[in-house]
Amino acid sequence: MTEQEKIIQVRKLKIAFGDKLVLNEIDLDLYCGETLAVIGPSGSGKSTILKVLTGLLPPTSGSIIIAGNEVSGYDENQWDELRRQMGVVFQYSALFDFLTVGENVAFGLRRHFHLTEEDIQKKVALLLQLVGLPDTEKLWPAELSGGMKKRVGLARALAMRPEILFYDEPTSGLDPVMTMTISRLIRKTQQRLGVSSLLVTHDMESVFVAADRIAVLYDGKIVQIGTVEEIKHSSNPVVQAFINGQELEREEEDGQ
Amino acid sequence: MLKRTCELLGKKILNGCAATGRITLLTGETLRRLGTADGKEVLRQMALLGADSLPIVMMTILCTGMVFSVQTAKEFVRFGAASSVGGIVAIAMARELVPVLTGVVVAGRIGAAIAAELGTMKVTEQIDALRVMAANPVSYLVVPRFIAIVLMMPVLVVFANLVGNIGGWVVAHYYAGISTFAYENSIKVLAETYDIIGGMIKSSVFGGIIAIVGCYKGIHAGHGAEGVGLATTASVVMSIILIFITNYFLSILLFV
Repeated sequence: MTEQEKIIQVRKLKIAFGDKLVLNEIDLDLYCGETLAVIGPSGSGKSTILKVLTGLLPPTSGSIIIAGNEVSGYDENQWDELRRQMGVVFQYSALFDFLTVGENVAFGLRRHFHLTEEDIQKKVALLLQLVGLPDTEKLWPAELSGGMKKRVGLARALAMRPEILFYDEPTSGLDPVMTMTISRLIRKTQQRLGVSSLLVTHDMESVFVAADRIAVLYDGKIVQIGTVEEIKHSSNPVVQAFINGQELEREEEDGQ
Repeated sequence: MLKRTCELLGKKILNGCAATGRITLLTGETLRRLGTADGKEVLRQMALLGADSLPIVMMTILCTGMVFSVQTAKEFVRFGAASSVGGIVAIAMARELVPVLTGVVVAGRIGAAIAAELGTMKVTEQIDALRVMAANPVSYLVVPRFIAIVLMMPVLVVFANLVGNIGGWVVAHYYAGISTFAYENSIKVLAETYDIIGGMIKSSVFGGIIAIVGCYKGIHAGHGAEGVGLATTASVVMSIILIFITNYFLSILLFV
């Protein structure tokens, strides 16, 4: 793949909170139209990457190029411009609990697009249909199950017509059936809309279904990046330990 | 021991300075973004934060007017100053008691509610969701609440003055035997319209304090339910302290 096809390019990214180094000079590329999964154990800095790439957290040092722009020194207004090309599906959905499902999905449409009320309602219905939740506009977030909330979160993110989609632990807290449903939905969204996606998770089953490439993060560093097959057959002990959950758990216990 | 005490004291002072700085920045940004307010949201907040507070504010001030009259009427009659009771009650209510007590009641009812609502939004990533959808949290959350309380506090004060003086008259008339004419005439002779206007100005400032402190504490709430609880308590305590301190300076500025 060529340089032009990279929609996100991260170089020597470092994040530290006081003395604690969370990300240690990581390099990462997201190519146009692909789904890249960043996997790693809890506390390895996965969600931090997502926060930095969406401008919620400033980097300590390093370079971040998104859609051809160096963004590491961006202020909030510049980020707001860039964020119109982004969608984020949060770990706990982060639906606005003072708005109905329909109003949640319409939130970005109302703020950033000059559409008539009729068009907004049509688009909301279409998006909810796309994520498999038709006729749920009038429901409140509190009335939804965990899986439904995630799907509404995805519909809300897609409403912004994003070029880049970020998923933060999209399957955490879901049962195995719903985990697969959401994973397939992520894959389907990428295939239908051609959107570039960065998926942060520790759920290997989900990654094998949803991702094109996988980056394994451990102790603040990327230990390997490759296709799903490359990662599955990796000889790297850390990667193997993570794929085989029990071994990793034993290692962590030993470490403690 | 001494070193540790100094360290703790220094840390407290530094944290206090940092909080003061952040509150000042939030106030500045809120004032800068006043023009970005959504009219509908402001009206919703005015109903929620202002109109719904009317019953409790009126109840508080009615009782205060009656108590103040109990304490002054009999003594004034004993010293032959019955003709001054109405005016004294009206001035004290308009200049000090009504704005300060309305401020305290609203800080307890509304400041706490704002801190709890925004704190919950913070811990459930809803504020992050606003930011990544290019909706500035200050414009969307702080500005409407700020405008709503600043506008509604003087309205509450007008109603509170009315019921406070009625309460004062009831006690002065039926308990101390002061005639309605003497009470009313005393108000006309001693009190001025400016007393009420001054009180309204004070209450607007107190409203601004309540909104900014409530929003600040909510947006900077710690983790989980405990963080929200602490933010709520801290918001009420800080608002009330700031109201009392500001009241002293406003009294000198407006009435001396």
